[in-house]
Parts: sequence; C-alpha cells; structure tokens
Amino acid sequence: MKKSITLKLNGEEHSAEVEPRTLLVHFIREQMDMTGTHIGCDTSSCGACTILIDGKSAKSCTILAVQANGKEITTVEGLATSEGVHPIQEGFKENHGLQCGFCTPGMMLRAVEMLEKNPNPTEEEIRWGISGNLCRCTGYNNIVKSIQYAGAKMRGEELPSTEPVFVE
Amino acid sequence: MIQCKTSKEIGGMGHSVKRKEDNRFVTGTGHYVDDVKLKGMLHMDIIRSPYAYAKIKSIDSSAAMAVDGVVAVITGKDLEQYNLHWMPTLMSDTQMVLPTDTVMHQGQEVAAVIAKDRQTARDARELIVVDYDVMKAVINPFKALDADAPLLRPDKEGQKDNQAWHWEVGDKDATEKVFNEADVVVKEQMHIPRIHVASIETCGCVADYNKIDNHLTMHMTTQAPHAIRTVIALVAGHVGLTEEKIRVISPDIGGGFGGKVPVFPGYVIAIAASFLIGKPVKWIEDRSDNLTNSFARDYHITAEMAGTKDGKILATRMKVLADHGYTDGAANPSKFPTGMFSIGTGSYDYPTAFMEADAIYTNKPPGGVAYRCSFRVTEAVHAIERITDRYALEIGKDPAALRFDNFIKKDQFPYHSPTGWEYDSGDYHAGLELAMKAVEYDKLRAEQVEKRKKGELMGIGLSTFTEIVGAGPSKDFDILGIKMFDSAEIRVHPTGKAIARFGTKSQGQGHETTYAQIIAEELGIPSSDITVEEGDTDSAPYGLGTYASRSTPTAGAAAAIAARKLRDKARKLAAYLLEVSEDDLEWEPGKFSVKGAPEKSKTIQELVFASYTNHPQGMEAGFEATHYYDPPNLTFPSGAYICVVDIDPDTFEIKVRRFVAIDDAGHIINPMVAQGQVHGGLTQGLAPAMYEEIIYDEDGNALNGTLMDYLVPTAVESPSWETGHTVTPSPHHPIGAKGIGESPTVGAPPAIANAIVDALKPYGITHMDIPITPAKIFEELKKRGLLDTDIRTA
Repeated sequence: MKKSITLKLNGEEHSAEVEPRTLLVHFIREQMDMTGTHIGCDTSSCGACTILIDGKSAKSCTILAVQANGKEITTVEGLATSEGVHPIQEGFKENHGLQCGFCTPGMMLRAVEMLEKNPNPTEEEIRWGISGNLCRCTGYNNIVKSIQYAGAKMRGEELPSTEPVFVE
Repeated sequence: MIQCKTSKEIGGMGHSVKRKEDNRFVTGTGHYVDDVKLKGMLHMDIIRSPYAYAKIKSIDSSAAMAVDGVVAVITGKDLEQYNLHWMPTLMSDTQMVLPTDTVMHQGQEVAAVIAKDRQTARDARELIVVDYDVMKAVINPFKALDADAPLLRPDKEGQKDNQAWHWEVGDKDATEKVFNEADVVVKEQMHIPRIHVASIETCGCVADYNKIDNHLTMHMTTQAPHAIRTVIALVAGHVGLTEEKIRVISPDIGGGFGGKVPVFPGYVIAIAASFLIGKPVKWIEDRSDNLTNSFARDYHITAEMAGTKDGKILATRMKVLADHGYTDGAANPSKFPTGMFSIGTGSYDYPTAFMEADAIYTNKPPGGVAYRCSFRVTEAVHAIERITDRYALEIGKDPAALRFDNFIKKDQFPYHSPTGWEYDSGDYHAGLELAMKAVEYDKLRAEQVEKRKKGELMGIGLSTFTEIVGAGPSKDFDILGIKMFDSAEIRVHPTGKAIARFGTKSQGQGHETTYAQIIAEELGIPSSDITVEEGDTDSAPYGLGTYASRSTPTAGAAAAIAARKLRDKARKLAAYLLEVSEDDLEWEPGKFSVKGAPEKSKTIQELVFASYTNHPQGMEAGFEATHYYDPPNLTFPSGAYICVVDIDPDTFEIKVRRFVAIDDAGHIINPMVAQGQVHGGLTQGLAPAMYEEIIYDEDGNALNGTLMDYLVPTAVESPSWETGHTVTPSPHHPIGAKGIGESPTVGAPPAIANAIVDALKPYGITHMDIPITPAKIFEELKKRGLLDTDIRTA
C-alpha cells in the first residue's frame, strides 16, 4: 500500500507515491533520479548518503521516505545556485579535498551544517564533526583544509593558501 | 625543489594543477555504476551461504519464483548447462561462479534472484530455501595440512592435500651457512592480517546483453576494463560472446585499491542472467557482502635476520604461510605467485637471502588481492622493517643508526639484490636525513629518555622501505599470458585541442589531470586543452589497467613517448613551414623557432593546424600518435617514515602524535595530487596497523563483516600527516617518474608497529602483531605479570 508524500527537494516541491518501507536515500536516487547521494554501506556507518533535512545533516539511509513528508531536503545537487558553486564545493575542489568523489557529497553536506552552526571550527572540531563520514582516499588532511577554506569564504575573510605544504 | 619546465598556463609536470574531474564530483554529477539506469533493467540479488563448508542438499526456489515481479532464480545447476558454473581466477586457479554441490566459505554465492526491482529481488531472496549438510571447516591454515584435514579441492586434478603451491627464491644453503655462523640471529613470527580494501563504493555492474546484435555491454567497477573483456571472452566465448561482441565500460569508480581488479562471481552471474533473459541486469554488492567475499594480505611470516654484534646485516630468511581461502583469487603476474614479496631484502646492502612461501587452501573467502600494493610488497616491507628493528633492539643500537649503516649507497645503483632485482635508483640516506630533521629525531629520543624515567609510554618508529612497482617488463610480467604493457593514444584536433585515451583506469588518482600534464610537458599544449578518457574498451587502446602503482610507470611513459612522436612530426612541419632544416630548429615548450632567429617560429597549435591544412607532400595528414610502452625494468620508489606514538598508561589507548613521511617517487607530475595520494595511503597504512582485521571464528564465521565493526579510520583516528619528498629520478623511465600511489600504504604499518613496540620496550616486548590495539597491549603486559600495579611503576 503506497503512501503519498510531498516534500521540497533542492527548492522544488515534489509529490510522490512511495512504499512505506522505502528508505529516503532510495527514494532520492531511484524515484527522484538524483544520483549524487551515494550508498556506501548497509549499517549507517559510512555517511556517503548524508543530506540536509530542514538544514540538519542526516544519513538518508536511516530515514524512511515517508518520514520526510513535508520536509525540506537538500542534496549535493542543491548546493550550487545561479550565483555559482557553494563555498564548500569550491573548498573541496581548490584544496584537493576529494579523490574518487564517492564520499564527497555526504562529506560536504555534513560540513555545511557544521559551518552554519560553528562558523570557525578548530581542526579538532572539524575532525570530530566529520567523524560519521568515512573517506578511504584522502586521509582527511585535505578535507579538513577544504572545510577551513569554506569557513573562511563563508565568513567573508581572506582565503587561506591552497598550495600543498611539504616538509622541507 | 620541484622544478617546472613549463609555464603555469601550459601546466606541465611539477605544477599543482587543480583536478579537472572535480567539477563533476563536487556537483554530484559523477557517474558511478549504481547510477546507470537502462530501459527495462532488472535487478539481481544473491543468496549467500551461512556456512563455511557444506554440501548443498537442495535449493527450493518455488516460493521465490511465485513472487510477483520475479523473473528468474539462477543456480549453479542452471549455469552448469552452459559450462559457466566455474571460472578461472587471474592466478590460473578456478573459482565457482555458483556451486552445484558444495559451498566453500561463509558468504559464498549460492543462487541469484532476478526481479523487476531491487526490493522485489531482496524479498524473493529471503524465500529461497537451501538445505545444507554442514561439514567441519578448515579455518586455521596451520592445521590445513594435518593428516585428518579434509581435502578441500578434490575438483583439482592431482591435488593430494590443501597446499595450493610452493615458491622460493634466493640461496637456501648459503643463507643457512650465514645464519649458522652469525654472532647475532633474531627471529619473529608475524601475521599480516586479513583485511579488506573497503573502498566506499562496493563492486557492481550492469550487464546489458542485446540478443538482436549478440552484443554485451558491461558497465562495471573495474580497474582493468580491457583485461576483463578478454577474461569474459575466455569464459563465455563458447556461448558466442567473443571479444568483438563485448564492450566493457568502467564509469567513475568510488575507490578501487586493488579490490576491483578480480572477476567476482556476481559479475559473471549478471552476464549469464542478461544473456538468458535478454534484458539489462544490475547487480550492486552490499557492503557486508563486499567485506566478507574477498580479502587482502593474510600472510603468516617467520622472519629472521643474521648480523654482526656491531650492526652489520649479513642475511635474511623469510618463510611464509599464505592463507588463500578456497582458491587463489589474487591478481599477481603469472610468474610471481607471491607477487613482489621478494623485494623483502629492503633498502639494505647484504649479499645473502632466502625466502619461501606455501599457499594453503582453507574455508575462507578467496582473494589475496593486491590492496594498494604492488603484489605483496606490503607484506615484505612489514617483515623486513620489523625484523630490522628487532635486530637493532637485540644489539642495543639506535634503529636509525642501524639503517644508515646498512643502506644501499646512492652510488651503488643500479643495485642487484640477492633475490634477483635490479633497483633502478635511490638515495636512502637523503630521505632518512630529511625525515629525521623534520621530526627532530634526537630531541624526541631525549624526550623519550625523560618520559621513561616517569614510566610514561612514548615510542618512535621508523620504516625506510623500497617499493617495486610499474609491472612490468614483458619478458617476466603477464596476467593470463597478456603482457603487462600499457598504452596511450593522443589525437590532437585541428584547433590544437586534444583528446588522449589510455589502457589504464583512474579510481580517484586524478588521471584526467595528470596524464594531461605529461602531454603538456612534452608538447606544450596547455593541459587544460587536453581531455583524458579511460575505461571504455571500444575507444581506449588496450592496456592492463590501474593497480600496483603502474599507471605512471607504464601508461604515463606511453603518454610521454606518444607525445614525443608528435613533437617529431611537429618539427618536420615547422621545418617545412619555416623553410629551414630540422637541425636548425630549437624547441621550447609550445613552439619551434629557428636557432639564432627566435622571431621565426611556429607554435604547436599552428603546426597542428598545418598538419590538417597545409602539410607537405608525402607526410601523413593529421596529428595522432599511439604508443604501447613495455618498460625495460620496474621502478623502485622509496620512503623514510618516522612515527611518534604516545600510549595512555591507564587505558593503553594509542595516539599517533606525529607522522613524517618522506617519499622518493622520482619526478613528480602534480605535487598536490601526489601528496593527496600519500595522505590517503598513510591512513590506509594506519588502518591495519591499529584497527582493521577481518576476524573468523573456528567455524569460519566472519565476526566483523560490516562497517560498524570493521574499523575504517575516521578523521579522528587519522593524524595530521606531514609529508615531503626527495627526488631521485628513475634513469630508465621517459619522464623519470616512479609511481607514488602505494608507497604510503606499504611503508606506514611497520613505522607505526615499530613505534608502538618501541614504546613498550622497557617491558620486554619485542614484537606485536598488527593491528595493535589497547586490548592486545593489555594482554601482553598481563602475560608478563605487569598489571598488578600501575604500569608507570612496574
């Protein structure tokens, strides 16, 4: 027995019929055809499916689509605006904050919420803040740098250097 | 330090060019295999064995077939009709696609359900009833050769016990003689744990067989699309799927690390399903299935070193017991069943060594995949770096000083190792000097002395390793007979913009950016004007793929040479247009000019245009070149890593305080990308050193087969890595590069293990197996009766 839901996805209102057991991540990927939100595990451990629900980051594999009824959802596809990419997207690209790109959407959305709550986090706060999101490629150094860069940009401050720093 | 020959605008080698591929990845428009959606596509789910070793009495799929939307249930018996129930592994062993009578490990594929959507397939899967007759499994490899152990592979002709193969290298007798006569001999038994690559994207495919054209398009997460196409043709050629009827497309890959080289049964079942049903079939592996159906490492190594009392290494001896599970599912070059394990004499100069390995069948998942490692280099490096530290401990010498005294000197290259390799180049002293300076080694040792007085646990660990990558020269290296060359094809359009295609396949390494930089370096066409394409067997030239740090050493070399062929053509065109002889021209990145008259010049773009519009009679039109590069030797990157740990005396929690990694990969194409590779590889080295191991109980149940309990390090566990480099170019590589992707994963574990063991030195601990956890430290100290009081006063 399908249920009707209405939600706002990346600023656009959608109504759909969903099976009650459908996970939000499957709804977004399969019914809404937005494949930027990824699936990396089956235990809600990896964070690749992280999205924003009413501005709060959540793993979309832990929520049923019916629970998102009436909510406002932002996925990676909703980060850029007509003005250009979001500072977090710029941060990741400029600072080599990604390699295979699979964890990146979830990582960025988690960072967006973190920076909105805490505009100038310390490195330790950033590391704890993204500890629900696994990355297997980057070793996290440049993800931290990317988030610091985005933070500076969102605060309107001078941007930190994006050049790699080496032990000399 | 890194010199750039081209301008920033051209963006050749040495520039930290921002990655081209990132525009799609940061906007969610990457295209991974699970994003493939085809018309009429069906979905496949796989039922797996709950037992490690069992006879299948029956499979009842009637209830599953009755579910609305279920199209088919496929079993081994079905595949047997087409002789598709077994397949070769890349090591010329055999592996079941689906079993007809026996399951050999927990999690093995037993049957597949094909249905209209993912959920229906999963629902139906739960309704398949399999009746098993459970048998006593062989789990402990040390007991696999016992007289009462069941013969696990009676299907293999001539197989009398559970040994898969034996391998050895070096001089056994000479080594024994040195050991018998040496003043100092040290020995440790080590286990390199069974781990998993755990790329955040699992494996998967969409098999799309078109009955009308008898053509298969296979979208799949493979690091080696061309080799896979050949394997599919070998497996399914007899049912009409010959190689020209197969197109493999490897889309964006969410991390590979060697885990996406083999052919897994799921791929073959999906192909068979699509072939039988005539519709596209998607299979996406669950994470739990992914973690428990292949593996890397699992080497039990007895490592020995013989030396003098004052610290001169004389010989090493290593004996390996390799647990391969029920089949050898590794992807090593054919002649090297232990891969490059024979690099295990390391960075040190001594004449005598012997190594041997016995591979064992057990009731565990097959594999032995080269996880971010040039075929078992990680195992070798761990053994040599640990036993070197053990030797230093035995004779009371500082492990850094011992290494300095035994390093191969830079004027000894090319160096011939006792196991038969010719190391191309290296400057090990320079690397370790830089690492020690950066970490302030002497200060740390002084701090450690003070801390030890107070009973505080602080350790410093080194790893000064040599890698062996870039497989490989065709005289020795092949996979299933196919030589391990790789290829590049460059096509420059009339307007001076180019597309370049390769036989390799990036999984995050950034090839779209770095290959373009190599071509930019050679041709002077801005790297931003060069599109790089890989992964489609219909368009890319044949190659063996991306693993074992081979892309830069092979396809990167091919790019440089193909570009040089084009530069030669450009020179001819310039001579024609400028009406001078070729010898009168000189090249600077992006243009030829007349010697002594620099105002007379032609840019590369003008020359390319002329090749389509105004080329001389007798010259072939167009501006294209292809090169298949067969390397004359492997490349030998090296590194000097120093790790500092602090261990909490109450909880034994281990904290990596600092980690300095100095790598030498020869010339660097893109410092930013190379550094990113090192960062990521270091975290993947930290993982098995302190966190990761797939643990099996005595019945063969995987005890931690999910990401909830298989502990992939997060940003909290991962320290802030400090990296740098020395540059010793490879003398035989066209651009002097060696490959960097795997060094950190290879070099980091022993640095961390050595640091932890160093911290525990006052308590008589000489070795601990990785992953070293607080619980293991607790047990070690308890065993020694040291936990009755505060460890600080013990």
